[in-house]
Amino acid sequence: MAKHYEIEPVTRIEGHAKITCVVSDEGKVEQARFHVVEFRGFEKFCEGRHFSEMPTLTERICGICPVSHHLASAKAIDILANTKPTRTAALLRELMHMGQIFQSHALSFFHLSSPDLLLGPDSDPALRNVVGLARNFPDATVAAVKARKWGQEIIAAIGGRKIHPNCAVPGGMAAGISRERGAELLAEKTQHLDTILLGIDLLMGWCKQNPDVVQRFARFSSYFGGLVGPKGELELYDGDFRISDPHGKVAVDQFNPQDYLNIIGERVESWTTLKFPYYKPAGYPDGAYRVGPLGRLNNIDSIPTPRAQAEYERWKSFCNEDGVQEGTLFYHYARLIEAIYAAERIEQILSGDEVYGPDLMAQTPGTLSHRGVGVIEAPRGTLWHDYTIDDNGALTNVNLIVSTGQNNSAMCKSVELVAQEFVDGKNVTEGMLNRMEMAIRAHDPCLSCSTHAVGQMPILIEMYDEQGGLMQRIAR
Amino acid sequence: MSKKPMIASVWLGGCAGCHMSLLDIDERIVALMELADIGAMPITDFKLGGFPMADVGLVEGAVCNTDNIKFLEEIRAKSKFLVSLGDCAGWGCVPFMRNFFPLNQVLEHGYIWSSSTVDGFIPDDKELPRYLDKVQPIREFVKVDFHIPGCPPSADTIFHVVHELVSGRVPNGIPQPLLHFD
Ligand code: SF4
Repeated sequence: MAKHYEIEPVTRIEGHAKITCVVSDEGKVEQARFHVVEFRGFEKFCEGRHFSEMPTLTERICGICPVSHHLASAKAIDILANTKPTRTAALLRELMHMGQIFQSHALSFFHLSSPDLLLGPDSDPALRNVVGLARNFPDATVAAVKARKWGQEIIAAIGGRKIHPNCAVPGGMAAGISRERGAELLAEKTQHLDTILLGIDLLMGWCKQNPDVVQRFARFSSYFGGLVGPKGELELYDGDFRISDPHGKVAVDQFNPQDYLNIIGERVESWTTLKFPYYKPAGYPDGAYRVGPLGRLNNIDSIPTPRAQAEYERWKSFCNEDGVQEGTLFYHYARLIEAIYAAERIEQILSGDEVYGPDLMAQTPGTLSHRGVGVIEAPRGTLWHDYTIDDNGALTNVNLIVSTGQNNSAMCKSVELVAQEFVDGKNVTEGMLNRMEMAIRAHDPCLSCSTHAVGQMPILIEMYDEQGGLMQRIAR
Repeated sequence: MSKKPMIASVWLGGCAGCHMSLLDIDERIVALMELADIGAMPITDFKLGGFPMADVGLVEGAVCNTDNIKFLEEIRAKSKFLVSLGDCAGWGCVPFMRNFFPLNQVLEHGYIWSSSTVDGFIPDDKELPRYLDKVQPIREFVKVDFHIPGCPPSADTIFHVVHELVSGRVPNGIPQPLLHFD
């Protein structure tokens, strides 16, 4: 009789989810599913509200990357108000966004995922977390906490607070940054960049000791998607959309995000509240594309800052003959490379003059357009806000595609592959189940974002027999 | 040596901002660990059933579905002192806004009518919880001993309250400079 395992909640991820697993009598994993279960209904309840409320309302979708929602929303309302931010305002927005990329990537790697690597996936779950890290690696832990803090401080320096800042307005920013504060933040850069480099050393050390796991851990082919700059370079704040095929060939390039509905669709499955976006020309499910750090590095041609570019060249040496990296664990490496880029962009922006300029807001003509799509590369991938308004500025339609949603197929696939590879259904251990969670954590899912529409995601492993009877529930 | 007090938290229907604000206590987390054990939190590997007996339980988020009720009842049963952390837990805040619309309209919009959805339908697997007609604050389900307002409350405010509690004092309200409602 087959068994059904359930992991609930999946922990050390940003959100609520569960995993269920059906294991045959022979101990083979027959099915492993990743369920997102929460739902909040943003797209509906924004209807009827004035569009200018959206940057502060939609950032409440997610407390981890509120800045992404705030800014994607601001870009959409720039279009509705027929305006464009001034150069200073655009730099302030980008600076804030880089602060957020940095803090979010540091959080994902150090606080949430590194315990699996540094303490071991089979170590005591009670200590396999930031508390255990602090006991075993006190210096690195404090450095990581400070690195995240730096990113949060940059956000607060502009937006007034670390979480749910309120500063972007149509055509610009309601607040800037002082030269004094800019200089203080700039002075800390080297220290925090070093923490990221230490993270890379720790990760590489782990990979050397576990080549077998790195090789076997959720490798599969897919499309990749994200915004790129005009030369195909990494671009996290602005840019046009590109999709690469599983062999790394560009399938669509410099695509105007306003027309995204022509190439992106979403499908629903009955067992999860998270939808499955896909690249329409390739159909569903083949057109599933990966986003976020690994998706982006597989999708770009270069990184426009020196230290990150050097690391990107090293990254290339781990890729396959097509120049593509398919291994899920490489999300961590890609994330740290992007954190380097963010630190370098912060340095470039803060050491220039323009960000301190006086022109925070452009004139708005006073006329409205009826539709605007705002898009940004959030820490976890491309984030889309699509608003339609009536003549009074009241919202009549809202469509949101969040970063994590676009990795839904990839997360489901990774869980299945890891379950098949590492779970022995005859003798299931906590460590085996934790490896399934590691597959999820590598994507750094933000289930808070992804469940803006309908759900939240606790993770639980239950094992059921083929008749659906619950055999075992893993509650640790 | 006497046992340290235990802190635990759960995240229901909220945006994680309140937990992020808790993390924004930054280095003070080390001081907190001297005073207390951190048992179950979204950043540790807790699972249902394995949730520890806690001296201080913190709840972020409103109650939107039957899973939220399950988690909320577990933390209430196991916590001596229960705190609603932030506006969602306290009165519903942003998740509450869906109460202005019938649940089926909200679900249909998300899964059938949204512009990018192709061949949509409402997910209905037995693994999914049931969504409540109306989102509710946690005090509609369990007794709450203390509320920290804010969306999110600032790190200083959270630290103050938690520090008082693990030091064995019940805070007499929140000092004016730490009290804010935005
Ligand atoms: S109160 Fe605000 S910050 Fe806290 S969970 Fe709710 S929306 Fe997020």
